[in-house]
Amino acid sequence: MRVGIEQRLDRPRWLVVAVPVGSVVAAFVLAAIVLAVTGHNPVSTYKQLFEAGFLQQGSLTQTLTVATPLAFTGLAAAAAFRMKLYNIGAEGQMYMGTIVGAGAGLYFGGRGGPSVFVIGAMVIGGCLGGAGWALIPGVLRAFFNASEILTSLLLNYVAGLLLTYLIFESESYWRQTTGFNATVFPTSKPLPGSAIWPKWVLGLQGGLTVPLGAFLAVLCAALLWVAYRRTRFGFEVQVAGDSERAARYAGVRLRRKVLAVMALSGAIAGAGGASYVGDFSHALDGDPNGLQKLGYGYTGIVVAALGRYNPVAVVVIAFLLGGLENAGNTLQGVDFPAGLVGVVQGIILFSVLGGELLTRYRLRVTWRQHAPKPAPAPEAAA
Amino acid sequence: MNNSLAVVLIASGVAYGTPLLFAALGELLAERSGVLNLGVEGMMLVGAVMGFWADESFHVPTGIALALAIVVAALAGAVMAAVHAFLVITLRANQIVSGLALTIFAGAAGLSSYLGNDLQLSDKPARHAFGPLLPKALQNLPVVGPILLGQNILVYISWILVVGIGLYLTRTRPGLNVRAVGEAPSAADTMGINVTAYRYAHTLVGGALAGVGGATITLALTPQWVSGITGGSGWIAVALVIFAFWRPGLCLVGAYFFGALQAVAPELQARSISLGPTVLWTNSLPYLMTVLVLVVAASGTARRRLGAPGALGTAYVREAR
Repeated sequence: MRVGIEQRLDRPRWLVVAVPVGSVVAAFVLAAIVLAVTGHNPVSTYKQLFEAGFLQQGSLTQTLTVATPLAFTGLAAAAAFRMKLYNIGAEGQMYMGTIVGAGAGLYFGGRGGPSVFVIGAMVIGGCLGGAGWALIPGVLRAFFNASEILTSLLLNYVAGLLLTYLIFESESYWRQTTGFNATVFPTSKPLPGSAIWPKWVLGLQGGLTVPLGAFLAVLCAALLWVAYRRTRFGFEVQVAGDSERAARYAGVRLRRKVLAVMALSGAIAGAGGASYVGDFSHALDGDPNGLQKLGYGYTGIVVAALGRYNPVAVVVIAFLLGGLENAGNTLQGVDFPAGLVGVVQGIILFSVLGGELLTRYRLRVTWRQHAPKPAPAPEAAA
Repeated sequence: MNNSLAVVLIASGVAYGTPLLFAALGELLAERSGVLNLGVEGMMLVGAVMGFWADESFHVPTGIALALAIVVAALAGAVMAAVHAFLVITLRANQIVSGLALTIFAGAAGLSSYLGNDLQLSDKPARHAFGPLLPKALQNLPVVGPILLGQNILVYISWILVVGIGLYLTRTRPGLNVRAVGEAPSAADTMGINVTAYRYAHTLVGGALAGVGGATITLALTPQWVSGITGGSGWIAVALVIFAFWRPGLCLVGAYFFGALQAVAPELQARSISLGPTVLWTNSLPYLMTVLVLVVAASGTARRRLGAPGALGTAYVREAR
């Protein structure tokens, strides 16, 4: 028996849905094997995960606190990856968003402006912080041809060090310098009341709290969808992503596109940082075991890849993976080692990636007895 | 004299650079065959944790335990690389996304940390660790003592690998074939070279070396397991391959340079010397320098003359010529 792979000339609509769904199912089967091999009962583990992520009292509120930053970082990755610009610096760009966003909140909130104005300043500050940080790899890519993958990633570590430095190793504007606690242990300055983002409580699961950031993320997704599907800019970006050469022949100014897309991607991640400060931490989180351990920027890449860089799908996936992450945090303990959720996410991503083959190619099984020669090569589709 | 800052920095550059060197040599082999593997960080972490586990679990004399640990780490790295190889060679997935997926799957928040927690390896020193190989008298020689003669056996193995891989790629039939596969797979295929087999083999060996690099950290450099212990070394190794223009000899130079940069912060702190205004600056130095080096290596004419393998990052599809 021989399994051949041949290119599909058409891509049936049902496959586009069936393959990702099948891939996710396959991923859960594979992850079940990993669980079983390491001595955990897969069925009860999955049941626990699902309950802790979505069903238990208050679990959806917790899920939203994870899903909101993930939606931002997922959108940030999707915006850049769509142009085959692999910005994996959403992590660091988000840190810069928290720094500038928190700075804006402290400064404008401290001067006693109206809350709407302070929150607006925080969002803009966050966007600027993220965009500025993302422009470093952007410029290096556009003008010096340095791989944005590596530069954006390496800058994540620098941004993390800066975040820790501002709270733990210096007397910065963000650090609480007065009061008894501040002399005992370094703490960050809490945001004033007008810089804390509002929440809305829905009558679900005994009070589902929806943070402002969740709405902002949905708005962001909608804007991104419009920008990429309905504007010339988005069209040019997609052409550049599919074929750089074609874009150049068509007169697309690639350097500008690289800079614009990196700035856009960084701004979205930075807005996520502002939301993290305004919605959840209410102070700059400089703890190396705080925001920096959560790895939203990296999980955002998983979210974007699973959503196939479609902004609307990204938000939905962020919610689902947010539930998974939240369940992992809730259950973490001896029978539920940290890292398990990352394993499951990785396996899902692998099988979706591998499954994509089936949308582009078909498998043909030939039995040697009946067909001594391998199947004739199909006409090239390209 | 042996305690002067320059000697200590170079000596620790060699020690800190060795994990980078193993990982970079592995990545170099994979990339020379045309497979870009961005999962180095993940493979290093899995190698680091599995090597540490093997060192803890086998009740045999030190030498054998350490040798077994290195073998286990290499196997673990190769298994991780096999996932990537299957996805990008057989299933023709995007190499960049698959490599990132591997780092996320195996990395600091994934499999390596899961294994570390599940096997309860955190917060204890390694039972056996690599120490200097040569007798004390040689280690105390001025300058060459600490830098060259006071190192552990892994350092010497990495030197053999640098020479071996250099000769392999330039002086042997299979080595030339790999380069053909990486430059022009369809031409190599026409010559009767099995592109798939070459790519699989080199990606797996690359993963094994990344695993050994990870184990070098947990068994020699800082003999303990901490989740995410590599701290970005895998990424620096990927950058190193670009910096070295895909040549093993330059990998060694670059690895020791970056190793020394990593050693700068702890060494200066130990001597309470402050370089520039802050800790921030010294700690970020390895990352910033890597960025700088990437820019220099990638910009302008350098890339065109000493460029990457022609088919790097692309799947080979025989029918799609």
